[in-house]
Amino acid sequence: MNRINKLFQEKQNNILSIYFTAGHPTSESVVPIITELEKQGANLIEIGMPFSDPMADGPVIQQSSQVALANGMSLKKLIGDLSEIRQSVKIPLILMGYLNTVMQYGVEKFCKDIAEIGIDGVILPDMHLEVYEEEYQSIFEKYGILPVFLISPNTTEDRIRKTESLSKGFIYAVSSSSTTGAKVGFSDENEAYFKRIHDMNLSIPTLIGFGISNKTTFTQVCKYQSGGIIGSAFIKAVDGSEKPEEKIADFIKTII
Amino acid sequence: MSENYFKTYPNKEGFFKEYGGAFIPPVLEEEMKKITDAYYAISKSHSFISELRSIRKHFQGRPTPVYFCNRLSEKYGGRIYLKREDLNHTGAHKLNHCMGEALLAKHLGKKRLIAETGAGQHGVALATAAAYFGLECEIHMGEVDMAKEYPNVVRMKILGTEVVPVTHGLKTLKEAVDSAFQSYLNDPVNTIYCIGSVVGPHPFPMMVRDFQRVVGIEAKEQFIDMTGELPDKIVACVGGGSNAMGIFSAFLDDEECEIIGIEPAGRSLEVGEHAATMTLGKPGVIHGFKCYLLQDEKGEPAPVYSCASGLDYPGVGPEHSMLKDIKRVKYDVINDKEAIDAFYELSRLEGIIPALESAHAVAYAIKLAQQDPQKSILVNLSGRGDKDIDFVVDTYGLPE
Repeated sequence: MNRINKLFQEKQNNILSIYFTAGHPTSESVVPIITELEKQGANLIEIGMPFSDPMADGPVIQQSSQVALANGMSLKKLIGDLSEIRQSVKIPLILMGYLNTVMQYGVEKFCKDIAEIGIDGVILPDMHLEVYEEEYQSIFEKYGILPVFLISPNTTEDRIRKTESLSKGFIYAVSSSSTTGAKVGFSDENEAYFKRIHDMNLSIPTLIGFGISNKTTFTQVCKYQSGGIIGSAFIKAVDGSEKPEEKIADFIKTII
Repeated sequence: MSENYFKTYPNKEGFFKEYGGAFIPPVLEEEMKKITDAYYAISKSHSFISELRSIRKHFQGRPTPVYFCNRLSEKYGGRIYLKREDLNHTGAHKLNHCMGEALLAKHLGKKRLIAETGAGQHGVALATAAAYFGLECEIHMGEVDMAKEYPNVVRMKILGTEVVPVTHGLKTLKEAVDSAFQSYLNDPVNTIYCIGSVVGPHPFPMMVRDFQRVVGIEAKEQFIDMTGELPDKIVACVGGGSNAMGIFSAFLDDEECEIIGIEPAGRSLEVGEHAATMTLGKPGVIHGFKCYLLQDEKGEPAPVYSCASGLDYPGVGPEHSMLKDIKRVKYDVINDKEAIDAFYELSRLEGIIPALESAHAVAYAIKLAQQDPQKSILVNLSGRGDKDIDFVVDTYGLPE
């Protein structure tokens, strides 16, 4: 069974997923960050493939992507860095990034190569659902890579149902109509949206991302969904550090 | 072009064969769907069409003329004609789609227009449209571009527009796009995003093309009135490709007309020295749509350059990408030097100072005229060159 499905089978609440940009803060920090995150209690890790034009991301993640690219990070290097990750790390690992990076690498080669090193899923926020269905679904299925799709507060019920049918493992619910890292704290409007999703009784679990930065916001989202995803706050915590793994224990303490 | 073509391309998902579409996060997807639905519902209505016609006539000064270049043709051979979009209000074709987008905003009850701008041309045109309709306007512009294109910043401010400096990243067009989308998403109820060319996610490539079709429709009728026949060749410059789509769209069905889009070869065809997207790019996804894209092996958009700042974009409109693949339109290049020479030739032989963007198309027409003096050539002179005079004289000097 895919590690993502196994995680949600064993744990239904308070799932903590951490996003970081590969190649940030240093060119060799990918493996130390993943290893330490698992040790400190993260349940799932989203590894960002840096792209210079990230439409869904706010300034913090954009900045980290620029640093990563300047550090020489590429999809090819990332796959190389992760080649032996499964000898130690057991939690699910997901690659997150933008379609063009994957398209230029070659979608089939991408799925094959990441399946071989033990990556479990992929999130591409700019993937077009219908294009995925027509061109890429069969490839993802062939290599057992789970695609995770996003919904947001303005997504219609029809579209949520469509996303539910294509997304595997879980659905990534964006908390608000803005880019990552934009706001602090959740409003009543946010909570109403979390509840609306909860009440739809989706057939797969939901994790909430965007806007979670501390214990309060993490607890808020866990009230309605299986857990939350933290990106910008984590990147800020390790930004500029030569040994980012040393910052992780303190950061996780501010969340759980 | 038959209505059939316009009904087929794009399809309902916004695809021109494999190009175009909407490769965007779900939050934007929903807003783009709303704009698409509104566009289909409103733009075909009698009141919308008659108001736009009246604006074009009384405010923009349309139809712009087609002009026969006597002295240029005499010197180089051929018969060179210009569609004079430089005489459109604000001095370029951009206002054609800005007035359309702003009129749509008015019909939708929106209060605010928002957009990005690079060199400031689109920003000025949209600021003009906003003033006309009494709408608020917010233009996002990189700090680097603001310093470089200061007169356009002043123009926008005179017109009552708020110019938002973008201070992160490289502080240029790419960051301005992200910043403008972000600001738009904070209040999509009262705001409408107005993109600057036939690029971006669906419905923009279709909508901007449709608003620019007036250029081709007018030009075709005027050219036939003047000569009794169709032009043998049609030439326009291509950055994102809005002026080119405007004029090409009227002739796509006329197979006897050869259609050529001109990209900037800049200083050379080395990486970072040009923006010849169709000539050297390969399919990719940028800013929410699929098109030919200049990129490196990692899939990162490549740095681009042209002396004409309106042409230096690493992507290109999806419809152009399709027209290249189906071989209906040929794409070729003109370098900085050829464009500068044409800039002076047209100024001195015809008394028309062209925009550096449009000078690329003029340069190519001169080449065509020399190759085959029997043919007629219709060039879309997309804008006037006032904005470029300091740059040209300071950089290249005055010719003898």
